[in-house]
Amino acid sequence: MASQLSILSNLSNEYMTMTYKGVDLKILELSKAFGDKKILQQLDLELAPGEFVAIVGRSGCGKSTLLRLIAGLETPTSGGVLIDGEPLGKLNQSARMMFQDERLLLWKRVLENVGLGQRGDWGPQALWALEQVGLADRAHDWIASLSGGQRQRVALARALVSQPRLLLLDEPLGALDALTRIEMQRLIEDIWQKQQFTTLLITHDVEEAVTLADRVVLLEAGGVELDLPVPLPRPRQRGDAMFAALVERILERVLNSKNVSRKQTANQQYIYSNN
Amino acid sequence: MNKILNKKQINLLAPWIVPILLILIWQVLAQIGWISTRVLPAPIAVLKAGIHLASTGELYKHIYISTVRAMWGFIIGGLVGFGLGLLNGIFRWSELLLDTSIQMLRNIPHLAMIPLVILWFGIGDTGRVFLVAIGVLFPIYINTYLGIRTVDRGLLEMGKIYGLSFWELFWQILLPGALPSILVGVRFALGIMWLTLIVAETIAANSGIGYLAMNAREFMQTDVVVFAILLYALLGKLADAIARLLETKLLQWHPSYQF
Repeated sequence: MASQLSILSNLSNEYMTMTYKGVDLKILELSKAFGDKKILQQLDLELAPGEFVAIVGRSGCGKSTLLRLIAGLETPTSGGVLIDGEPLGKLNQSARMMFQDERLLLWKRVLENVGLGQRGDWGPQALWALEQVGLADRAHDWIASLSGGQRQRVALARALVSQPRLLLLDEPLGALDALTRIEMQRLIEDIWQKQQFTTLLITHDVEEAVTLADRVVLLEAGGVELDLPVPLPRPRQRGDAMFAALVERILERVLNSKNVSRKQTANQQYIYSNN
Repeated sequence: MNKILNKKQINLLAPWIVPILLILIWQVLAQIGWISTRVLPAPIAVLKAGIHLASTGELYKHIYISTVRAMWGFIIGGLVGFGLGLLNGIFRWSELLLDTSIQMLRNIPHLAMIPLVILWFGIGDTGRVFLVAIGVLFPIYINTYLGIRTVDRGLLEMGKIYGLSFWELFWQILLPGALPSILVGVRFALGIMWLTLIVAETIAANSGIGYLAMNAREFMQTDVVVFAILLYALLGKLADAIARLLETKLLQWHPSYQF
């Protein structure tokens, strides 16, 4: 047993030190319409390898559709997505996605969920991924026995296990309580810094965007309205004056873009930080 | 007495208090002559009839034959219903083509087909197995179909992103996701299986529990008739217990089956 464990931890170290770079993602004049309804219009966006970009915007601005297009789940009406200079085929093989609902299989144990779709001897690698999210001791439990935050961590481990070069996060922390959410943000930042994958995060929470992202992109009416670098050192402090100013500035833009009067802003801000 | 029993034992015994009490009242009423033994024989008489049938070996023969018929009907009808349910649950074209026809057939009470079945298959076992199969088919079909249909589409999308093939999606997501609903169908079907067999065996059979009851009626053996009816109740309960066992085994992951 002891020797087995040491082999496992050796393997884990190997995976940990292995570096693989994120993809170079280019989105060119991307448009998507469902019938008459235009969701995205001539959208351009570039992500350097290993970059962390957050997308914010009101509901229905096309954020999720953009992510689904990058994942290859939808086909664009016009324009396209380049992965390392290559046009995206049917399904994006280098990408893994995390959803707001964790989408775990209740009838599989934690470890089997993490190893979903893996070929060959995936056991050690799945265990490594679980270690990354701090749930290695729950490997043989049923999903039903986990809390919401733990489930989302299993979903993160599942996304990490194949060592993706592009991580797509579709509001993955939206359903978590405030404390668990901050914990998860730290975890994601930590793993991202180690693994260097390119990351695209969709969020309603502007503070979360500023905490995690190299750049914050505001999507509005199917196009990029604002593309703002976040020049703050990591790990970022929420109490920091620069941090607060940046959050304020982005929020202001989000709210003003719909001609919301100043009086309502305070209320809206409250709603935003709670969403 | 209550002081000796713990809570678990009470839980185990409580469901049997009412039936035992009823049987006791029944016995007393029969003995003092309030109930004519022609209408309803005393429980002791029923028990004696059962012991007599068991001692001649006749009882086991009939139970065996009835069980074989029930099983064949269940296997055939179950497989057809399950197959159709899967097909229509997964493929839109199949649903479009078949579902309306199946729903129309479903609304025919299958026991109403007995005259036709006798014309088709004669009075042999084939007709009885056919009737059971028809009865079993629909609950399994509907619950399989519904089970597949209500599997979260988000899980399938996730499976696709994580590189699962069609068959992997089927074995790892669709089928296990539909299983709770399918097992509900199995339990319904088991009930219908016995019901159909009772009726089918009372018509033109020369063996089986239904025949036992009908034959006894000819000779006014009310005790044997009542015994046959109780036998059905017992076998039905047994089938249900097996289905429950299957559920607890296969649905370990389900929150409702965890302790």
